[in-house]
Amino acid sequence: MSERKAATARRRLFAATRYHAIGLFVSLLFVAPIAWSALVSFKPSAEAARPPLPPWPVEGFSIQSYENLAKYGVGIWTYAGNSLTVAAATVVVTVIISLLAGYGFSRFKFPLKNVMFVLIISTVMIPFQSILTPLFLILTKLGLQNTLPGIVLIYVTLHLPFSIFMMRNAFDAVPKDIEDAARVDGASVFLMLRRVMLPLVLPGVATVAIFAFLASWNEFLAALILLTDQKKYTLPVMMAAVRSGQFGTIDWGAVQSGVMLMMAPCLALFLLLQRYYIRGLTAGAVK
Amino acid sequence: MTQSNPAKQRSSGRRGTRLRRQQLAGLLFVAPAVLLVIVFFLVPLGMAFWMSLHNWPLLGRPRFIGLTNYLNLMNDQRFWNAMRFTGYYTVIVTIVIFAVAFPLALFAEKARPMIKVYRTAIFLPVVVGFGSASLLWAWLMNVDVGLFSPLAYRLGLTEKPVNLLASFDTTFWSIIVMVVWKTAGFNMIILLTGLQGISTEVQEAARIDGASSWQRFRRITLPLMRRTIALALILSVAGSVLAFDQFYIIADGGPQNSTVTAVYWIFSQSFVSFRLGYGAAMSMVLLAILVTISVVQLRLLRTPEGA
Repeated sequence: MSERKAATARRRLFAATRYHAIGLFVSLLFVAPIAWSALVSFKPSAEAARPPLPPWPVEGFSIQSYENLAKYGVGIWTYAGNSLTVAAATVVVTVIISLLAGYGFSRFKFPLKNVMFVLIISTVMIPFQSILTPLFLILTKLGLQNTLPGIVLIYVTLHLPFSIFMMRNAFDAVPKDIEDAARVDGASVFLMLRRVMLPLVLPGVATVAIFAFLASWNEFLAALILLTDQKKYTLPVMMAAVRSGQFGTIDWGAVQSGVMLMMAPCLALFLLLQRYYIRGLTAGAVK
Repeated sequence: MTQSNPAKQRSSGRRGTRLRRQQLAGLLFVAPAVLLVIVFFLVPLGMAFWMSLHNWPLLGRPRFIGLTNYLNLMNDQRFWNAMRFTGYYTVIVTIVIFAVAFPLALFAEKARPMIKVYRTAIFLPVVVGFGSASLLWAWLMNVDVGLFSPLAYRLGLTEKPVNLLASFDTTFWSIIVMVVWKTAGFNMIILLTGLQGISTEVQEAARIDGASSWQRFRRITLPLMRRTIALALILSVAGSVLAFDQFYIIADGGPQNSTVTAVYWIFSQSFVSFRLGYGAAMSMVLLAILVTISVVQLRLLRTPEGA
């Protein structure tokens, strides 16, 4: 009896060891490139110009690569500022517009409602890559080509199908009684939306905001085409220019410090708000 | 509503006004979204088609040329090269992503100690952008200061450091590895949701009936996951057909333009050579391909599970 118990325990221990060995190994594989890049960004410039073996700095910790990065073009903070402005504005505008539209589609009856909803949702089928040239011309007509507001409007439009879908579902999940009660109390529609409904759909707002931030912070192709003035570049466009050698010999340490600057907000945001991110992912998956 | 008989209308007059106000309010709520979609999606879509029928330089007057752009496309060897390469890349990368993501999903499915940590680690590359990931891998792939070539050389696997970007195959497979690293976590989570949707009772019943784990996977798991697999497949295919960032940043379309994708080709025709009409014609072809994929997706997703 005790022998059999010992055998079971041994088998369990073996299974657990194997499971953790695989888990650790696979996790390491996926994290390694990020860690490698992070480590090289803290090497002195001369050391960063040699193969990263070993990956960690041997000649001491240094922020030289970050200092070199800061000097590119009109200064890296301009480009980081552009990226941040675009991402923040995209988040705010996307949230406001999808909040209003989600509420409208969830709670009101009006002519052509379903047509409009299907129209908005079905634009996910159309790749924006195929309408870049007309977008370029339209923005030029509106005087918004090569401006940050112009690119924000494009990003917002791209995120609307997903965001409106999320927000309508969020409002659908709120019982109608809550609104009726507030209306009896004499609250105006907007006051009620802000004070009563907003707190209830906040998880949906968080999901919409995270997706809008990550996508607009990381977007490359539209920014590459629509922002022609070097001062207006966002980080991905600027760093791709640095990598292609447009600013002289490529300083790989500086490029990796730029990669860190681009990755850090995404990783931080994901680790902090993972729950809302995965929710959005699975909501999209089951639709 | 306004055509109902007068008596009824009078009695429901106040309700009618309220109804109209309700309708107006609803329209106002959705108006900004509808406006944006019209101005930045529908109008450009119509324009893209219109432009594809023209010789449309960046400056100067567009000239109507009918279907000439499309006919020229058919005879353009570089267009076919880009299409062929995009198709090749899509097929290979999708197979490799699934070959990696499916085992990962099976591994990460059950709630076990530390599983959240492992899942998070595998998922991390998904949230960084393709731009940053490409810049990171461009460095790892560099022959002088990167990781792969010097490491292979120091381990004695190669006689001298190999420039991975010098030949098509090494460039292509390095980028495949990078894309798999970046997207496997995403597909893992999608497949995971499908796996968790299968009731444990069914699996348990099959186990008691003496089905082996392979039989259970083949006869129960796979059929019940059809919808999820279709979804992951379509997302992967659509994403790959539109690939651009990694080929532009890492390989610059090289060596010898052998890694120019469809979107890359549109980009260079429209915004490097400024043949806007020609680029638009190519865009319409790409659009047709993507819409076809979406329609197939809807078809596959509508069929009931396990049918």
